[in-house]
Amino acid sequence: MTMPTIRVQTDDFDLQSEIDLLTAGRMDIGAVVSFCGLCRDEQGALSALELEHYPGMAEAEMNRIALLAIDRFSLLGLTAIHRYGKIAPGANIVLVIAVASHRQAAFDGANFVMDFLKTSAPFWKKEHAADGSPRSWVDAKDADDTARDRWR
Amino acid sequence: MTKLVYFAWVRERIGKTEEDLDLPPEVLTARDLLNHLKTLGEEYENALQYPEVIRVAIDQEHVEHFEKIAGAREIGIFPPMTGG
Repeated sequence: MTMPTIRVQTDDFDLQSEIDLLTAGRMDIGAVVSFCGLCRDEQGALSALELEHYPGMAEAEMNRIALLAIDRFSLLGLTAIHRYGKIAPGANIVLVIAVASHRQAAFDGANFVMDFLKTSAPFWKKEHAADGSPRSWVDAKDADDTARDRWR
Repeated sequence: MTKLVYFAWVRERIGKTEEDLDLPPEVLTARDLLNHLKTLGEEYENALQYPEVIRVAIDQEHVEHFEKIAGAREIGIFPPMTGG
């Protein structure tokens, strides 16, 4: 059984080194799909996003999602990293890398993990406005539930 | 005593990150717990005004509102998640 790599951290991550960790010395991997989510400034309106998480449960829930994806798509490796704390526009928030023998499984695996991560992993975003106006919590989107439900 | 932990705007409105509470015996399910908390003061009422949108986790696993909370060591109460 493939075990996922799950990390929740304040530090940034490096896409290439995370891919190298998954593929080093392996001759059976034919496909690597990565998704990297970045902080937008919403046309200059935001100075930062602040990510809060539920320590322990965030890792546990990401691990549960990762194991479902490995099983469902026969992935040969999976890495999911989510940052927390204050994140500036242009900086990384989340990374998912799925590796498999063939491309469709790797694409689907990464997509599945992101859809479930957005709706089930206990993270919350708070917006810091560029003009110093009161900060507000980002609302959950129905579109994210719809994206998750298509995998049922 | 049951440990309750709060996150995001639920935490801000209640004004606490966590607390230990003695729950009355008639509080059986996650829904009962939310309704009970609403009676504890204005800040709880404000945080849990629309209990149907609030998410509950028992020992760091999501549960539905109809599920029983008996035996829980830690109960997390928080708004819908917006990570990723």
